[in-house]
Amino acid sequence: MTDLAVQFTGVTKQYKHFTLQNVNLELATGSIMGFVGANGAGKSTTIRILMGLIHQDSGAVKVLGHDMPADQAAAKRDIGFVSEDMRLYGPATVAWHMEFIRSIYPQWDKLYAEDLLRRFDIKKEQKVKGLSHGQRVKAALLLALARRPRLLVLDEPTTGLDPVARREVLAELTAVLADENRTILFSSHNTLDVEQISDQITFIDRGSIIDSANKEIFLDGWRRLRLMLPPNTPLPQLPGVVEVGGSNRLPVLTISHFDPAMVAACQQAGASVQAVDPMTLEEIFVVNVQNRREKAIA
Amino acid sequence: MNSSIVISQSDGRPMYLQIMEQIKQKVAVGEWAPGEEIPSIRMMSVALRVSVITVKRAYLELEREGVIFTQHGKGSIVAKDPGLGPRLYDQEFEEHMEQVVRIGSLLGLSEQQIAFRLTETAIRLNEAQQNDAVSSDEDLAKETL
Repeated sequence: MTDLAVQFTGVTKQYKHFTLQNVNLELATGSIMGFVGANGAGKSTTIRILMGLIHQDSGAVKVLGHDMPADQAAAKRDIGFVSEDMRLYGPATVAWHMEFIRSIYPQWDKLYAEDLLRRFDIKKEQKVKGLSHGQRVKAALLLALARRPRLLVLDEPTTGLDPVARREVLAELTAVLADENRTILFSSHNTLDVEQISDQITFIDRGSIIDSANKEIFLDGWRRLRLMLPPNTPLPQLPGVVEVGGSNRLPVLTISHFDPAMVAACQQAGASVQAVDPMTLEEIFVVNVQNRREKAIA
Repeated sequence: MNSSIVISQSDGRPMYLQIMEQIKQKVAVGEWAPGEEIPSIRMMSVALRVSVITVKRAYLELEREGVIFTQHGKGSIVAKDPGLGPRLYDQEFEEHMEQVVRIGSLLGLSEQQIAFRLTETAIRLNEAQQNDAVSSDEDLAKETL
C-alpha cells in the first residue's frame, strides 16, 4: 500500500457560476505534484478545500491522515501553506514574523531559517512593506519552509518572480524532497517549472480534473506525428487524436495516448511517418484546453 | 559535486534522456569509474533541481542498458563492465539507419527499395575495397617484374 499525503474522493463544490465536479486526487508521500490549469479552472478552490478554508459540499478529503475539514487543526500543524494573496504584516520586520511563527510551531528550525535568509538574500531587519514582490514571496516561503512541515501547499509560488529568485525557489523545493517523508503540492501556470520539478502532474479545466498522472508517463503519452500522404489517400484513423493540423498531403496529428504501434498502422494505411515529436507540457496544456473549449462550443 | 550535469530547456529531448546521455559520457571518459558509487536518485534530483521521477527513469534506463547497477538499499554504482564503446557505436548506427529510412521515404522509395539501395551500397563499397586490394597486388606484381 502506498502512503498518501493527500486524497480527494468525489469532491464537489458548487458556486453560482462555477462548479468543482467530482474531484479525485491522490498524492503519494515523498513526491511533488504540479497542479496545472488556466485561470479560473479551479486550482485555488481545490487548494482551499484541501486546507479546510472552504468546505466541500460532498466527497471526502484526507490530508496527512486527517479528515478535512473536521480535523483541520491537527492537520495544519504539519502543513505549510503559501498563497499569492497571503499577507504579512507591513509594519513588522521579517525577524518579527520569524519569531511569531517560531512561537506557534515548536518544530521551527532556527538554523535552516538563517540559512534560507542568506540564500534568499533577505535581511531580517527589513520591514515587510519595504520588500519587493519577489522578496515577499520568498519571505512567506521561508516562514513555511523553516517549520519543516510534512506537506507544503503552494499556490503559484513562482508567479511574478525574476529568473534568479525562481531558480532559488525551485532549488529549495527540490531540496525539501531529499527527505522522502515530505510532500509538496503546488499550483502554477508556469509549465516549465511544473515540467522540471514535478513527479506527478494534475490538469484541471473548468472545475474537472482532466488528467492526473506520473509526469514521465504523461509526457510520453503525447506526441506530434508528422505524416506524408500519397495523393488522394485518406488520413489513417488512429485512436486518441486530439488535433489534426498541417495540410492535406502533410498532416500533423496531435495524439494524447501515443503507442509506437501507431507508426506501423500509419505506414500500413499508406502514409509515411516523417517525424514523431515529443511535446512540452506547455504545448500539451494549450492543445488540451483549446480542444475542450472547442468541444464545449460545438 | 555532481551538478556538472546540465539540463537544457531548449534541448528538444526529454530531460531523462539528457541526464542519461551525460552520465554515459562521464562513464565513457572515465570520470565515473567502473564499480564507483554514484549519487542516489534523490541526491541527484536535488543537485539537478529536477523531479525524482525523472532521475529515477534515467537510472532505470541506464540500468537496463547495463551502464549502472542498482543494489536495493545500497544505492547505485557504475557497472563493472559498462561496455560503452561498442554500445555508443551501435546507437550511432541506429541513428544513421533511421536517417537513411527517413530521407529514403522523402524521396518516395519503398521499404524494399531502401533495403535494395543499402545492399547495393554495401556491395559497391566492398568491390571498391577488393579492387584496391587487387590493383595494389597488380602494382606489386608490376614492380617485381
